[in-house]
Amino acid sequence: VTLVGLSDDQEFFRQTTERFLAELVPPDTIRALRGDPAGFDPSYWRRGAELGWTSLLVDEERGGGTISGQGLVDLRLVAYEFGHHAAPGPLAVTNVVAAALGQQPTADEVLAALLSGEAVASWCMPVVTPDGWRPTVTAAGEGSGLVLHGTSRHVESAAQAGHLLVTCQDGDGTTQVLVPTSAPGLTITPMQTVELTRRFFVVDFDGVRVDSGATVGVRGGSADDVERQLQQYLVVLNAESVGAMQAGFDMTVEWAFDRYTFGRPLASYQALKHRFADMLSWLEGSHAISALSCAAAQQGRPDAPELVSAAKAYIGQYGAALLQDCVQLHGGIGVTFEHDLHLFLRRVTVDRALGGTPAVHRQRIAVLLDEQEGAAA
Amino acid sequence: VSVLRAEDDDGTLEDLDSFRHRARAYIRANLRPMAAEEMRWDRFGGSEELELAAIARDRELQRQLFDAGFAGLCFPREYGGQGLTPAHQRVFNEEIAGYEYPSRVQCPTLVPCAAVILEFGTEEQKRQHLPAILRGEELWMQFLSEPSGGSDVAGALTTAVRDGDQWVLNGSKVWTTGAWWSDWGLCLARTNWDVPKHRGLTVFMLPIHQSGIEVHRIEMLNGSREFCQEFITDVVVPDSDRVGDVDDGWTVGTRWMFHERMLFSSPYLTNPVGTTHGRMHSRDVYDIACAQGRTDDPSMRDLVGEARMLELVSNEVAKHVTESIRTGRLSDQAAAIVRLFKGTATARIMDLAYEAAGADGAAWTGDGASSQGAINWIMRAGGTVGGGTIEMARNVIAERVLSMPRERTLDRDVPFRDVPRGRPSGS
Repeated sequence: VTLVGLSDDQEFFRQTTERFLAELVPPDTIRALRGDPAGFDPSYWRRGAELGWTSLLVDEERGGGTISGQGLVDLRLVAYEFGHHAAPGPLAVTNVVAAALGQQPTADEVLAALLSGEAVASWCMPVVTPDGWRPTVTAAGEGSGLVLHGTSRHVESAAQAGHLLVTCQDGDGTTQVLVPTSAPGLTITPMQTVELTRRFFVVDFDGVRVDSGATVGVRGGSADDVERQLQQYLVVLNAESVGAMQAGFDMTVEWAFDRYTFGRPLASYQALKHRFADMLSWLEGSHAISALSCAAAQQGRPDAPELVSAAKAYIGQYGAALLQDCVQLHGGIGVTFEHDLHLFLRRVTVDRALGGTPAVHRQRIAVLLDEQEGAAA
Repeated sequence: VSVLRAEDDDGTLEDLDSFRHRARAYIRANLRPMAAEEMRWDRFGGSEELELAAIARDRELQRQLFDAGFAGLCFPREYGGQGLTPAHQRVFNEEIAGYEYPSRVQCPTLVPCAAVILEFGTEEQKRQHLPAILRGEELWMQFLSEPSGGSDVAGALTTAVRDGDQWVLNGSKVWTTGAWWSDWGLCLARTNWDVPKHRGLTVFMLPIHQSGIEVHRIEMLNGSREFCQEFITDVVVPDSDRVGDVDDGWTVGTRWMFHERMLFSSPYLTNPVGTTHGRMHSRDVYDIACAQGRTDDPSMRDLVGEARMLELVSNEVAKHVTESIRTGRLSDQAAAIVRLFKGTATARIMDLAYEAAGADGAAWTGDGASSQGAINWIMRAGGTVGGGTIEMARNVIAERVLSMPRERTLDRDVPFRDVPRGRPSGS
């Protein structure tokens, strides 16, 4: 049993993705993708989309569909396997955009291309802060359309995306627009990263004009949408990290049995056994809070923001600690490119930093607690 | 109070819905609504009078439940129980939530002591003690740990020597909660020093208040005096009060510790739904931030958020591990993961509260939130030692969950007499 609480259908779905990733993106393939501009092969992504990777947050009547009726829970399983294989592809952002477009009567063609895997999309997301989040792009009305200014950083696969969902500050409100990456005034600059297969970009909006049909959701009234998108995004990141933690941990346990020093396996030293025990407790804590926060977000529970932040803070902190311990327990081989362990270290390193660091989410939890108490008082 | 039979004359069990209605009606008509906080063990502020009054009230409540047919739901009817199923106990746990219940009769009297007597006691022992326990007349304690070693239970030094039809016990037991107001002790003692340690133990039952037993209350670092130590001197126990076979005490002891580990999921325990065991104090950190007017301070928010985060994860990890054991994802020894997690999380939360308290961690006025910072921190190891140290939990996880090689021991396959028990003299 890999994950608990899955139905037979969900387990079959998870296994299908697991086998697919093991076959198509083994560690050597991932290492070889280091120099690839996109970081993933389009046909790999299309085939993944056929398995349902991008459909889970979209209703059936819009061309999507879930395994269990709980799309985010199903997506968590894909994300877990992505982390477990350090798999390429903009899973989180493409799903967030697909989910947003699925709520929208227009932009059918863009949505259809995301669902079929013909295209990927990305999200120019707000910066997560202790008080919630803050867009870094502004929208202002001009004629019947909008003009965008500002800069969005760490935008995953922006150069590979046909469209970007941009969360904008619009006066006192929040507006989201769908912008083609070919729009005049929009420039995309690559960033550097420790990830081998994921690509991040700075997207500048210098007076980018979009017409009113580009608005996703209600102009000036999209704050709740953004909150939901953030939860979806963080659930995927967290599940990926848990998958990477499990892979790194299992690999290190094996190593502890195989590696002999002073005539004994590493696994026989109490000083190291106790570290494995600690790591397993962090790993199980991460599994537990990842699943719980996902279920809360899926159900739209009022405590979902708190639980998702708790998961991001916990998994971010202990996922990074666990992988660094795995490297330490491997010794010198753990810091070589030829070994596979660093693929998982890279995944948790990046996922920890995106969407708010553990410190930001800890403070977020405190603010939510304070708001809750204020409301109760 | 009308006593309804839980079982019809033809032997069919009362169905759960009918039981629920009967339990609900009884509870609402006869028990006081009461918050869990009011039933906490540590709320007596050192007053023996208040503590004894609470014990007396619990005995009374237990008797009331017994008379109404709600005591010992899963104990057999011939021993004063109701002969019902764990599902009935779960229903009862749901219905009694939010009401006063005899919390001090539950552990260790019902679980593990009564559970052990039910499993290993003679017919006579079961008839003598189980109905008395279920009527609230006998409160039991575990005479298990000894001053010579906490984690190494099977290394017990308390000795029982046979003398015809009786045994003479000498030694000392420790960490018994409230032995000074309890009636009986279930005692693990060494009966054979010439065989390996697990094969020379025997279990006895003995009344606590007798001339050969001196009960000493231990003062803890936070001022609590809930724990006791007993000094046992030439205490005579009839052979009829022996539980299980001579020298086979570890068979009993293994199940004894199983029942103890099961505690909150045991069908013999009334454990109202929503009861939290082992406070994590995460709320203290927020209360301190409020008391200091620093809820907007980012560094304070970091402490508050981390404490809350740890409590949220900690609460879920127990459910997750239980489900993992049930599905075979983790070995049945994985409960040690929960123990380790809660121990380290609790300790960390105390660190956070102590940090948040600032200089009030050194000296404070009144009994406001900040006062908890230092008091709890001084007693921080309570959560990482009590109930089995986290070091033992780490060994169990490494060896029994991850199957790593066992630590070398020097007490296996040698007569217990020859096992080193202290620093050799002269070195």
